[in-house]
Amino acid sequence: MSGALVSFEQVAFGYTRSRQIFTGLNFQLRRGALTVVLGPNGIGKTTLLYMALGWLQPSSGQVFLENKPLEEYSRAELGQRIALVPQTERQPYSYTVLEYVLFGRAPHLALFGSPGKADLLAARQALARAGIPNLADAYVDQLSGGEGQLVLIARALAQEPRVLLLDEPSAHLDLGNKYRLMQTLSDLRNGGTTILMTTHDPEIALTLSDETVLVDGSGSVAVGAPAQVLTAEKLSRLYHLPEGALEVRLTHPGIVLRSF
Amino acid sequence: MNDDASLLKAQPERAQNNGMWAVLAAALLLLLVLSVFLGRYPQAGFLGLNQLRDNLLAQRLVIHVRLPRLLTALLLGMVLAASGTVFQMIFANPLVEPGFLGVSQGAAFGAALAIVFFSASAVAVQGMAALFAFAGLGFSYLLARRIRVGSWLLRLVLAGIVVSALFSAGLGIVKYLADPLRQLPEITFWMLGSLASVTWGKFLAVLPACLLGLGVIFSFRWRLNLLALDETTAFSLGAAPRRERLIMMIAAVLATSAMISVAGMVGWIGLITPHIARRLVGSDTRWNLPVAILLGSGFALICDDLARVLTAGEIPLGILASLLGAATFMILMVRGSVKGARG
Repeated sequence: MSGALVSFEQVAFGYTRSRQIFTGLNFQLRRGALTVVLGPNGIGKTTLLYMALGWLQPSSGQVFLENKPLEEYSRAELGQRIALVPQTERQPYSYTVLEYVLFGRAPHLALFGSPGKADLLAARQALARAGIPNLADAYVDQLSGGEGQLVLIARALAQEPRVLLLDEPSAHLDLGNKYRLMQTLSDLRNGGTTILMTTHDPEIALTLSDETVLVDGSGSVAVGAPAQVLTAEKLSRLYHLPEGALEVRLTHPGIVLRSF
Repeated sequence: MNDDASLLKAQPERAQNNGMWAVLAAALLLLLVLSVFLGRYPQAGFLGLNQLRDNLLAQRLVIHVRLPRLLTALLLGMVLAASGTVFQMIFANPLVEPGFLGVSQGAAFGAALAIVFFSASAVAVQGMAALFAFAGLGFSYLLARRIRVGSWLLRLVLAGIVVSALFSAGLGIVKYLADPLRQLPEITFWMLGSLASVTWGKFLAVLPACLLGLGVIFSFRWRLNLLALDETTAFSLGAAPRRERLIMMIAAVLATSAMISVAGMVGWIGLITPHIARRLVGSDTRWNLPVAILLGSGFALICDDLARVLTAGEIPLGILASLLGAATFMILMVRGSVKGARG
């Protein structure tokens, strides 16, 4: 229990009573680790992430943050501890990137407060850590997909959270942006941030994660070191591929589809 | 709707707080002072300083008629601009205004009811208008909680449309029952909006509700930004989006319904002033809310000055506000879409 920052205990969840997504989910998020949740589209990865955020509540069982159930934290306390980088975000108004990243300071401010000098500094530092200090004065609705993703990460970092949750951060990125994103996440992990992210890309799980959580629709998950969890056999079953369709290479991590 | 709305997204020329509010506040003060001297007594136009000193009637007119009316116009503009900003943030849509969600139609129904069935006493008309304006929000909210489809905001919009339609049908029935010579014109004039009958008593009666609503909105103005974000995002930032949206809506509608009860229906101010403010100082409500409030009060004051001075019979305020408001909005839209067509 000591190394666990977030733990799911006997968690069950379903959007409708007839279709349960999780039935007996147990897993622990190790402090300081980068954990990747892998599974096909629509299997419940985001659901799992939103339960870790406290946005969705399990129908039975509990989610703990530092040995205390999530629902016992106040809204502000939770905002100071857990940050979310959503997959996409609607930007109704034309904020500057700095204004937008400052929103991350909200959980640290009083209800009637507004950000001051210290918050401005924290926001600028967050921009630097996300690798986009030069974007501070750009407008959020004029950014490319990759830049937008980094702005959301910077806003989450401005929260100074203990856990960073990311929902499919690489989903809309090209190769270059994907590489830069993975570099940023890896740097953050090395700097001590605990990260939980979802992806449907096994290669990201294999190359980036310390621990991999495989969501296979069985109601629970398989957790372990990537090499342990990401076997050709398990992946083939997960994605309904014929036996021998793919090969997992661990020496130079990568997953290749066999040539035809 | 969002795509159309994005055309209207403000592109601020200079972001952040650039002292714009101080310039506007000074201009507003000047406007207020000029308005005190402006009127149709003893002649149309400005009152001379020595006239004010020598003419007792002019003095009394300024103190008992003109001043409360000017202050009410200021308050009206402030309330509509602040509430408009709140609604545009909560619904993440620059095209909504505070009368939305059954509030305007509720007020009209309430006022008509009082005119026809409660002998049109001023107290009854005001009370019923405020009551039903608030009831409009209440019904919309409760109905939205029972609708089963769509996101929370979509449900609120749907509920608002339904409640507005019900009140507007109710208004139709009351109009049909009204005495066409006496009551019907009164309903019609009420709906056109006017500050002609404002007294110190009326101003002071609505002041507490307006100040309370404005105070809450003003103190909350930075956090209002969070409520325009996706619900999950707002939640992840430590907000309680539903509760906070409800509190802000109540504050906005409290002030708006109090104002509607004395001024009748005055549209457009709540729609355009937040928009102009965003364009002047950027999207952060910490900076644009004060600017919107100043613009709103200036706009209301100018419209009411015109209403008082242009003709002896007084053009209703609501008509002037719509005319000037729609014209301004049209200009903004044309210029905005040219600017929006970048890249």
